[in-house]
Amino acid sequence: MRNALSLLVLTPAIGALLLGAVPNGAEALMRRLSLAVSLVPLAICVWIWSVFDTSRGDFQLVERVGWLPQFGASYMVGIDGISLLLIALTVVLTPIVLIAAAGSVHHRFKGYLVAMLMLESTMLGSLVAIDLLLFYVFWELMLVPMFLIIGIWGGERRVYASIKFLLFTMVGSLPMLAAIIYLAMQHGVGAGQVGNLSFALGDLYGTHLSPVAAQACFLAFFLAFAVKVPMFPLHTWLPDAHVEAPTGGSVILAGVLLKMGTYGFLRFALPLFPEAMVAASYWIGALAVIGIVYGALVAMVQPDMKKLVAYSSVSHLGFVMLGIVSLNTAGVEGAVYQMLNHGVSTGALFLLVGVVYERRHTRLIAEYGGLWKQLPVYAVCFLVVMLSSIGLPGLNGFVGEFLILLGAFRFNHALGAVAASGVVLGAAYMLWMYQRVMFGPVTNEKNLKLTDMTRRELATVLPLIALAFVMGVYPRPFFDVMRASVATTLAHASKATAARDLAAGNQPTAHAAAGASIRVRESPRHVVAEPEGGGAAAPAEDSAVPAAGNGEAH
Amino acid sequence: MHAAATEVTASLPIAVSYLRYIPLAPLVGVLFHVALGYRLGRRAVGLVACAAVAVSFALAAKAFLTVLGSAAGTVVTDNVYQWLSSGEFTANVTFSVDALSSVMIMVVTGVGFLIHLYSIGYMAHEEDYARFFAYLNLFTAAMLVLVLADNLPLMFVGWEGVGLCSYLLIGFWYTDPEKASAGKKAFLVNRIGDAGFVLGAFTIFWALVDLGQGSLTFATINARAAELPAWASLAGALLLFVGATGKSAQIPLYVWLPDAMAGPTPVSALIHAATMVTAGVYMVARLHGLFEAAPAALQVVGIVGAATALLAATIGIAQTDIKKVLAYSTVSQLGYMFLALGVGAYGAGIFHVMTHAFFKALLFLGAGSVIHGLHDEQDIRRMGGVAQKMPITHATFALGVLAIAGVPGLSGFFSKDEILASAYAGGHFGLWICGVLGASITAFYMTRLYVLTFRGKFRGDHHKWDHAHESPIQMTLPLMVLAALAVVGGYVGVPEVLGGNNAFAEYLAPSVGHHQLGLAAGTELMLMGISVAAALTGIGLAWVMYSKGPDADLILKNKLGGLYQQMREAYNIDAVYDALVVQPLMRASDALWHSVDVRVIDGVANGTAAAVNSAGEGWRRWSTGNVQHYMLTVLVGVAALILALTLSSLIGVAG
Repeated sequence: MRNALSLLVLTPAIGALLLGAVPNGAEALMRRLSLAVSLVPLAICVWIWSVFDTSRGDFQLVERVGWLPQFGASYMVGIDGISLLLIALTVVLTPIVLIAAAGSVHHRFKGYLVAMLMLESTMLGSLVAIDLLLFYVFWELMLVPMFLIIGIWGGERRVYASIKFLLFTMVGSLPMLAAIIYLAMQHGVGAGQVGNLSFALGDLYGTHLSPVAAQACFLAFFLAFAVKVPMFPLHTWLPDAHVEAPTGGSVILAGVLLKMGTYGFLRFALPLFPEAMVAASYWIGALAVIGIVYGALVAMVQPDMKKLVAYSSVSHLGFVMLGIVSLNTAGVEGAVYQMLNHGVSTGALFLLVGVVYERRHTRLIAEYGGLWKQLPVYAVCFLVVMLSSIGLPGLNGFVGEFLILLGAFRFNHALGAVAASGVVLGAAYMLWMYQRVMFGPVTNEKNLKLTDMTRRELATVLPLIALAFVMGVYPRPFFDVMRASVATTLAHASKATAARDLAAGNQPTAHAAAGASIRVRESPRHVVAEPEGGGAAAPAEDSAVPAAGNGEAH
Repeated sequence: MHAAATEVTASLPIAVSYLRYIPLAPLVGVLFHVALGYRLGRRAVGLVACAAVAVSFALAAKAFLTVLGSAAGTVVTDNVYQWLSSGEFTANVTFSVDALSSVMIMVVTGVGFLIHLYSIGYMAHEEDYARFFAYLNLFTAAMLVLVLADNLPLMFVGWEGVGLCSYLLIGFWYTDPEKASAGKKAFLVNRIGDAGFVLGAFTIFWALVDLGQGSLTFATINARAAELPAWASLAGALLLFVGATGKSAQIPLYVWLPDAMAGPTPVSALIHAATMVTAGVYMVARLHGLFEAAPAALQVVGIVGAATALLAATIGIAQTDIKKVLAYSTVSQLGYMFLALGVGAYGAGIFHVMTHAFFKALLFLGAGSVIHGLHDEQDIRRMGGVAQKMPITHATFALGVLAIAGVPGLSGFFSKDEILASAYAGGHFGLWICGVLGASITAFYMTRLYVLTFRGKFRGDHHKWDHAHESPIQMTLPLMVLAALAVVGGYVGVPEVLGGNNAFAEYLAPSVGHHQLGLAAGTELMLMGISVAAALTGIGLAWVMYSKGPDADLILKNKLGGLYQQMREAYNIDAVYDALVVQPLMRASDALWHSVDVRVIDGVANGTAAAVNSAGEGWRRWSTGNVQHYMLTVLVGVAALILALTLSSLIGVAG
């Protein structure tokens, strides 16, 4: 399986085409076929996980083929531990939303399944791409199916919401395209070679840029990713998109799409512009903390359950960003873990909101009350998911939140302390909503007829609940996968980070210091079957020199 | 300022692998109740719940006897697995039992078992029987993790776990919105404390990293606390103490505990009196090395404890709900424990944790028995003469009252007296006076409670009186056992001046250090005399006043004027917090949403959107057309692109 990653990206798209051939009306067949198709990437991911070498922090399973050689762009894919974890999240959530579709999509069923599978392809494409142009293509393609999902299967204000979604994200990412092109043109300039274009991520590390150019490029990347995260104050598209999106759309939007922003910071912004990112880290940290508190406060007063969960995402993703800009091991590993946690617990929350929405066609908290008596199984599932979301120890959310705060506290005491208040506020809005929906007497007669969760609904939520427990009690396998990759990522910025922390009066953390000795390397066409001797610490080819495989592009 | 000798005997570890089953047994109980409880019925649920705790008790006893029978400083440890590891930070699931934690696990499993047993009777008519015992077992498991943990992160698992169970149990009768609110309040106030706990742990962790030993095990923290920079030990200790004020209901975070009485009475006994609320005391004692290294923090602990003891006692005088009196009494008694810690008398604080667990669990269960017997009557103004109908409850309750009042010979006397003597010996006269005053008030309000409930004539509805009955054996048996413990429990810590050898302090010394009073025998006896006199004055005064019935409250009301009303309304602290914190926060949230989100940010965005209105027009036009066609076209295009991209790789490799 030397083309595992290509197959991973391709399977859902092929499945979508197959699905297109199924005659309208054969819904049972569509259901089964789409589920079967979505299990293939899951299986591939399991295989990849089994062969993944956790001791290495560079890209593995790399495939590279010339694509637009005259522009130095190639089809180049590869993964490290960070992308592997997010791939795993994607391939787990997709079958779940496909199962959930049968309950929540009542028209143009086939089109919805097709769009979901296409969305999976483009998300996986974004996660495996290690050529900037390729990444950009997938990044933009990703918008199309999501735009359609909101615009066609959405609620009453779907047109407004889908256009707002498109507008925010497109406006955010256009400057990034300009920055990518500029960066590719600058490649090799320092070495006296003019016109040696390259979009390969590995080639572009350490590209010589003037400080102003580096900052401008960083700003462009920042804008694209910050909209996606979304960071305060670029977040207002999210509540609208969530409220209008169908259940499955919300699950994927919150579960995976938002992570593309935080992933972008780790994969691209930090390694490509370490000085600029480190210089901006206090500002980003401050915005992240504002997002944590702001999102939590605004979530508190939402009358609509979905909007409440949407604003809680603003708060939770603030934690992730804070962890990233801490730029120490605990903060970044916590951030990566929290990306997964948020996918699991917020995904489950949206599914659960969908359960009562399908029965009552309202998401207003005031319409409910006393549901525990009517739907005990639902109430217990909701309870566990809520506890996971508010970071109760023993469940997944705690591990991420704790490590992020630990790292952030090292980075800056004030930011860490204010962020910790988000943990209190997070409990406040969740418990308050829970109380109003589940506790008290049944005040609305319409709720007396509600039935408890169906088996299909349980099938969508229980896997996520199981994950929440496993990830809270035994997080080690996940950290083993990400450890070397996070170290490599941090090593890109180790010099700048060390200078920052020294200026702040902190002793550099062990990893930032040790990270300086880890050389970044890039070996195209690298397959796991041929491990490089010496492991991650061994010095490899200098990254500034164009790798041998680059010759194909000329 | 410390009379405490800080040297702690070097620990002698014994590795075992059975400690993990102490919390695991009740956890298995939880799984049983959830999976099978509703199918197999009440008998099975009650039996499994009690059996699970009995297993924990047996294993706890084994560990306790091992520590007791081995050389001083023996620690039994069970290293289960590495839980978290990131950068410099690691946290293991490692349980350990030393002298200090052995006392705690015995109290938790012992008193816990009795309360499980009692609950079988008390909750007999409850529809959601399995849910109740699932929560109760889960609580026991979490509490055991808390006291068995050998490091702060693992302790935090139990710490938040007991908070969760407290939330669930206070709101057990969730259809009553007031009870559900009380549960939420408990969780949130505790979360404020928990944020302090976590930040305190971070402070210490990074300071230890700078010393080259990033670890949050209690052993490391205590051993290296003296080397920490002064700001780090002070900030760390104070932040952790914020956590303690939440869990152990001290000023300023005590406000949740009185409301917590909304839960079933056995829950009040187990969680909100005997075990969970002592977690803060345990944590400070566990980290005594850190607190010793920050004398200012220790001083804060003592002052907060004394102030809470006094404040809550004054509120207790004026309450009319039997459980509210006991709730404020608990807050007050916890204050005594912190007072002890604050003057460096850790052993005395833990001694009081234990005796208090006996007599307060007894008092709550007795109150529950009365409430049960009087068909949910809780207002002591409508009680009276209950002794005739409920002789066992009456006798055991009376012993509890005498114990908490500090009557010589009963358990509360020994522990409270050791605390007061330590405060005096350490030169903390202010704290000592607060303590003596509080002891007198305690004796007063407890006697008031006893007299109004059990003596005189019944003042309530005669139907209730006619149906009043003594509780069944599952309920009275725990009462009798606890009464016995409340009487004799203090004899493990008889001071030398009374001819004892204070075996309890001796036993705890390897964990928390020796604490020498250094007082002349005459002084010690004099102090004892003063506190006994204070207690007897309180008892006598209340006896005389309240033998005439609840109207005696008027005497106090006339004497104290507006202050009395304040005491009855608990100084309206809740209203103050509501006005200062909750309401402003809600208003700010609303304002942020409507002004910042909707007006400012979306205003800008919508302005932009208007500029590209034509795009929107276009969308609306074709969205009315054959969307499916259009969509398929787009998606086929996307698919073709992906195909083109990935296939080139597949072909390229194949070729």
